[in-house]
Amino acid sequence: MSATERMTRPAVAVPVPGGAPQHYRRRRTRQIGWAFVAPFGILFALVFIVPITYAAYLSLFQDRMVGGPSFVGLANYTKLFGDAQFWDGVTRVVSFTLIQVPVMLVLALVLALAMDSMRLRGMRFMRVAIFLPYAVPAIVSTLMWGFMLGVRYGLFGSINGWLGTDIDPFRPSTTLISIGIMVTWAFTGYNMLIFDSVLKAVPQELYEAAAIDGAGEFRVIRAIKLPALRGSLVITVIFSIIGTFQIFNEPQILPSMVANSGITTYYTPNLYAFNLAFTGSQQGYAAALALVMAAFTIAIAYAVQIRGMRDALDQ
Amino acid sequence: MTTTAVVRRRARLHTLANPRKSGTLTFLTGLFTLYCLVPLIWLTINSTKSQADFVSSFGFSFGQRFALFDNIVEVFTYDGGIFTRWLLNTVLYVVVGAVVSTFLAALGGYALAKLEFTGKRVFLFVVLGAISVPGIALAIPQFLLFAQLGLTNTPWAVLIPSFLNPFGLYLMWVFAAEAVPTGLLEAAKIDGAGEFRTFWQIALPMLVPATVTVLLFSFVSIWNNYFLPLIMLKDPDWYPLTVGINQWNKLASTAGNGELLQNLVVTSSLLTIIPLIIAFISLQRFWQSGLSLGAVKG
Repeated sequence: MSATERMTRPAVAVPVPGGAPQHYRRRRTRQIGWAFVAPFGILFALVFIVPITYAAYLSLFQDRMVGGPSFVGLANYTKLFGDAQFWDGVTRVVSFTLIQVPVMLVLALVLALAMDSMRLRGMRFMRVAIFLPYAVPAIVSTLMWGFMLGVRYGLFGSINGWLGTDIDPFRPSTTLISIGIMVTWAFTGYNMLIFDSVLKAVPQELYEAAAIDGAGEFRVIRAIKLPALRGSLVITVIFSIIGTFQIFNEPQILPSMVANSGITTYYTPNLYAFNLAFTGSQQGYAAALALVMAAFTIAIAYAVQIRGMRDALDQ
Repeated sequence: MTTTAVVRRRARLHTLANPRKSGTLTFLTGLFTLYCLVPLIWLTINSTKSQADFVSSFGFSFGQRFALFDNIVEVFTYDGGIFTRWLLNTVLYVVVGAVVSTFLAALGGYALAKLEFTGKRVFLFVVLGAISVPGIALAIPQFLLFAQLGLTNTPWAVLIPSFLNPFGLYLMWVFAAEAVPTGLLEAAKIDGAGEFRTFWQIALPMLVPATVTVLLFSFVSIWNNYFLPLIMLKDPDWYPLTVGINQWNKLASTAGNGELLQNLVVTSSLLTIIPLIIAFISLQRFWQSGLSLGAVKG
């Protein structure tokens, strides 16, 4: 993060001329920063570090029907890497990510450019309306889309009735697309606003200079706006990947609404981990899965970030 | 209309800041806007239908009877008024969680931006690294630990994780670095104010825009949180709205007594999102500037 470098520049690290007492006083005051970050730090340990460590410890055990948990070393990890159900879920979220994230971000980008062009009527209303789905909880969004797209009470029931067709958005082959429609609905506006706010920060003089040089709309987009968006694009890609990799709510809620949607107990890795921990009571195995997914996500997030930074340096 | 007025009007239309409006672009953006609004329109229409109308009528037409108020009454009285309990639980989780997490983020972000102490870089590195740890991957380890500590099935199991907002800390840090002049802080210290008083009386008032943004986004993320309370809580008396609605939805879909509750599911969903939509629309000015802060600095 480029901001990290800039912001941590020490503001008071100048050697203090004069007596030792003042130097001592300064040293002491300087440590008071810890008192400010301590409450956050302690909670951070309790909510992040200790659970991850504990999960790492638990992942070395297996729950046996007889005799309770027993130490198995890395057996959970080797089992996981050979687990077809785990890989089925991983493949599904990876292919989902490869399609949904580009579609959503391109839509968000185009919408932000449209907002920024000032050529829209009712722009303020549309901006807020497109962002609103972000405020809707996943449970409510899944219920609405589940009812709407469902054939039992929903629109497709009526449409099929009128047209005599047999369209079912929640067939095993199309369920993932329906989930993609829900996720895109929920997060496009949020990403659009991030791009939009970056575009607002572009100095107006650049556009004036471009206009004097006779640059057209698309030339301005290519030469000024897209380069300005590069940094925020990296951030949105990372957060979108993190989001889609842990997709859980929709596949967890949908099966109670639609029958035969093809959603299995291992549909996504997180759903699998949840089912292992809470219905299969294989906590050690679930802990191993959660840790592997976390490591996997972080690795990809960093890869994107490093690539994005290298691209930015090349500019 | 005189000729000068026409000329002036045309001149104004063609400035950079206010070019000619495009019908095509408006139409295409309008289509996407429609996609965003359709489910909310559907929800609003269907919360006015009785259970019988919900099952029998077309999704986007109104029912035989305007039953919105009956539905609301039913939501609040069903199962001994459990919905009120869920609403109060949600308010408890949201208010305590958002206030505590925002305050801790302001405290920490300010210190990271304006105070020097040993180990600051390590602290930053670890906390910012945590932003990319998937929340759900973390929730199962958290559950396992909290179960060990006997905290599951208590409000603490939902509250404690919500006290921590690494992204909020990041926003506060960036904002404090920009918006709080170091000279002013030093002047306060020369006048004899302690570090905490300087923070409380000088820095905190300057952090208000970032504070509102972090508060609002914590508010939304806690209000909408589903996975954490789902795994941490067994007792319906401690459920927040999200988990409660899902329980009703499951009841509605189970064979036997199924199809009796959908009007409740739909109406309670509408009631759940109204406070958030009001909060977002009324606080637009704040979160739009806050978002830009995170994006530009990122």
